Amino acid sequence: MGFRRRGTRRQPPAPPAPPAPPPVPAGPPAALVLDALGRKCPIPIIMLAERIRDVPLGQVIAVQADDVAARTDIPAWCRMKSQTFVREEALPQGGWAFHVRRDY
Amino acid sequence: MLLDEARARTAASLGVRPDELSFTASGTQAVHLAVLGALAARRRVGRHLVVGAVEHSSVLHAAELHEREGGTVTTVPVDRHGRVDPAEFAAALRPGTALACLQSANHEVGTVQPVEEAAEACRAAGVPLFVDAAQSAGRVPLPGGWSLLAASAHKFGGPPGTGLLVIRKGTRWRSPLPSDEREGGRVPGFPNVPAALATAAALEAHSAEFAADAPRLRELVDRIRTRLPELVADVQIVGDPVRRLPHLVTFSFLYVEGEAIITELDRLGFEVSSGSSCTADTLRPSHVLEAMGVITHGNVRVSLPRGATTADVDRFLAVLPDAVTRLRKSAGVT
Repeated sequence: MGFRRRGTRRQPPAPPAPPAPPPVPAGPPAALVLDALGRKCPIPIIMLAERIRDVPLGQVIAVQADDVAARTDIPAWCRMKSQTFVREEALPQGGWAFHVRRDY
Repeated sequence: MLLDEARARTAASLGVRPDELSFTASGTQAVHLAVLGALAARRRVGRHLVVGAVEHSSVLHAAELHEREGGTVTTVPVDRHGRVDPAEFAAALRPGTALACLQSANHEVGTVQPVEEAAEACRAAGVPLFVDAAQSAGRVPLPGGWSLLAASAHKFGGPPGTGLLVIRKGTRWRSPLPSDEREGGRVPGFPNVPAALATAAALEAHSAEFAADAPRLRELVDRIRTRLPELVADVQIVGDPVRRLPHLVTFSFLYVEGEAIITELDRLGFEVSSGSSCTADTLRPSHVLEAMGVITHGNVRVSLPRGATTADVDRFLAVLPDAVTRLRKSAGVT
């Protein structure tokens, strides 16, 4: 890791538009998408726990949320519950879609 | 005279020399002076600062200021128990590192950090180590090998608005503030003598009483750590199970709002804290829980006071399962 020249940085120009979503990593599309945007934790986790059994084993459920706590809580929930956290995808309108594979 | 007496007694309790110790206006001020003063003194060596990821916000805010003023900062991550890996800490040191910071123990989850291993690495690299000992001073023996240390008097039963700053002999330090000759040129303004005396007395008393009480408190915390998962489903006990402070235990209930469980426990007569976002001034959850990668909602932190009894703990364990069930039901969890 090199020295970051923080002292010389200038205010970056405001990004014109949210950057194009990064190329979606190869992976199964979500079989079910839950909308928890605008809901505070633990609501997104409650919704995920309630609905994960609605997708078949091995399939992916996605939770859309914009409470920053979800970025920690959803992967942590997956570890506790032995489900697989697949990835976090930034949403163009703000927030993230958290992809979780049902393992049991 | 009185101030000299307070200094001598406080220094003796900490195991340092009186001329290494200054009284500050708070623990936070002691941290700021230690970090910024050590960085200022080593500016010609470099402007790189190393901090642990779960340091107290006073350390992280000093690091942010350093970064805004052109310095660089490396944050050393922690494991799931909130512990810094000493090898990773050592690897973050490099030519141009002016200072490294590692807390003695974490204020939210109680995990004790590998300070002596970090100090060894710092000594080998010629980098001073600052230790925020706010959680350990007056409770457990302080680790060795550091160059600068800060503590806060009210954490060991002393007066609020009093902090301790220790700068070991031979450590380079330059005040980041306008010059002032008081407290050996380390802390501006005339020291609060009554508070310094009260601090000396509190540190002596608390150290002795806590040392006697620590094994018992450790057992009570073990009781909570063991019993809670048997009594309540979906609870995560947080922090290192062994290398931890004797009196602190932190856990998180899935599907429960932090503020709701705090309010409920308060109603039942238990005063606890939380690192969940909804209980804080900011909307962010605790940076400690985030860095550990553990559940941040439904978080409860219990700090057992001296004299806490098995009966107290058992009453807590008796009311907690129902409280959690009620809150989960009202949130619609089935």
